[in-house]
Amino acid sequence: MNAAKILKPGPLTTVQDSGRRGYQRFGMPEAGAMDKFSFRTANLLVGNCAGTAVLEFTLEGPDLIVQKDSIIAITGGDFSPCLNSCQIPMWQSIYVSAGSRLEIGSVNRGLRGYIAFKGGIDVEEKMGSRSTYLKGEMGGFKGRKLQKGDLLKLGKKAYRDEYIEARLPGSYIPKYTGHADTGVILGPQEDHFTESGVETFLRGEYTVTSQADRMGYRLEGPKILHRDEDSSDIISDGIPPGAVQVPGHEKPIIMMADRQTTGGYPKIATVISVDLPHIAQLKPGETLSFNEVSLKRAQKLLEKREQILDEIREKKFKLKDDRFFRINVRDENFFVRVEEVEE
Amino acid sequence: MASYKYVGDRGILVEFSAEISREVNEKVRGLDYTLQKEELQGVEEIIPTYRSLLIFFDPLSTDRKEIMSEVKSRAESIENMTFPDPRIVEIPVKYGGEYGPDLEFVASYNNLKEDEVIDIHTGGEYRVYMLGFTPGFPYLGGMSEKIATPRLDSPREKIARGSVGIAGDQTGIYPLSSPGGWRLIGRTPLDLFSADREEPFLLQVGDILHFVSITEDRYREIRERVNSENFTVKIM
Repeated sequence: MNAAKILKPGPLTTVQDSGRRGYQRFGMPEAGAMDKFSFRTANLLVGNCAGTAVLEFTLEGPDLIVQKDSIIAITGGDFSPCLNSCQIPMWQSIYVSAGSRLEIGSVNRGLRGYIAFKGGIDVEEKMGSRSTYLKGEMGGFKGRKLQKGDLLKLGKKAYRDEYIEARLPGSYIPKYTGHADTGVILGPQEDHFTESGVETFLRGEYTVTSQADRMGYRLEGPKILHRDEDSSDIISDGIPPGAVQVPGHEKPIIMMADRQTTGGYPKIATVISVDLPHIAQLKPGETLSFNEVSLKRAQKLLEKREQILDEIREKKFKLKDDRFFRINVRDENFFVRVEEVEE
Repeated sequence: MASYKYVGDRGILVEFSAEISREVNEKVRGLDYTLQKEELQGVEEIIPTYRSLLIFFDPLSTDRKEIMSEVKSRAESIENMTFPDPRIVEIPVKYGGEYGPDLEFVASYNNLKEDEVIDIHTGGEYRVYMLGFTPGFPYLGGMSEKIATPRLDSPREKIARGSVGIAGDQTGIYPLSSPGGWRLIGRTPLDLFSADREEPFLLQVGDILHFVSITEDRYREIRERVNSENFTVKIM
């Protein structure tokens, strides 16, 4: 069997790729991985093409049996994954032999994690994407989150000699502290707010409420005042990822991957691309603050981020000091990590 | 005059005047048509709406200032450009009965007979100003105020897909079954959205819709033919 069998799905595990492109003009949400940095890194570490479908899990990861030899990488929030009961590291490629049991466990820091399999997850493409759009019950695996017993077809078989050990150096692994300093570009409708409203938004601290999902994050915190009564509505226009809209209740909502494509609330600011993954990793109760950045700065940060991804793609981060061995004792597989330590 | 703003680090918003009108929406359609046809390098996706376009670009493969000036130059010359006339799309609707349980209410609310509501509704020309809210949902303009009716006090939990409704002075069609508070006057057998179709969406911005009243038998016949992908929607 070329599949992964789900033994325990976790609360919200879905198939996602880089999102459904080209149909937002028809009102079709983009969907796709919430944390694009972790998503892209996972694919690069196993040598997949950009945009290959992976599993995204939330709060708690799945338990599954990998029924064929594969290369995997687990990225995202701080989970403690185990392969055949041995803890394995995140943010690096790992060779998995057929019949292995992978248990992701629950998250410590952060919220969402990703597993990329070499060759990707082979679900049918719907409108150019394998992403699950939950509200529309389409795409991904049967248009829904995974359930116990689901069999996920995996892409082509991986061979041992294809395995190039790759990892993301520790200094590049995002740190989730429970607070996100978030860069924003003001607008496009910042003129719908009073000057002090904009100041409140930039100075205040906001808390993620329990109404936070793949569509958007409702925040609690200081009220952001509209200029006047008519300013809490606009003639509906397009909503980009990371748009911070402020409806009549004067509390911000950050629009995420499954957001609707158009809306009639004014948008005070837009989160810069490099900071969106961090928001995707915030749990309810965690906090964020917004800082205005220039377009020039946002662009610089984006290029820097891209450089890291390029370096992974070019396999500049091979494992040098750590060695991994798979040993077989009485028909049981064990995964052993040998680390070089300095005296 | 249009206004231009960067939206985040990968979007440009072009806004024509701050009003909902055919003239303004026609400019949106024109710029959208031009940008789609020219396939400017780095433009990833466009969301055309009532009076604006949100243009997504890839900031890593293109320079934002260049894209901005390319977009500007096309928007400024939109008045001198020619582009195809809007499409006219015929939407068959079975009005009343179980297909439109609120037809009676809409009639009595406006002191009309049910047939008069149907005549007024089918007599109009409706422009698709934008698509949004749910996949394929058309925001239509052009309904007669004679049949304007407020929404339901509490929304229905499930509305059949294809339902045609009225909310205030707007009319719309539900592409998917969903909850909703619109007054339902009929239902179309057409699929406005079908993910498995080569062209998943029936409608596009700028289309002019004509509603045509059909019998229950005709509704069933069209529905069957739609299901077996054997029905051609009348588009002029």
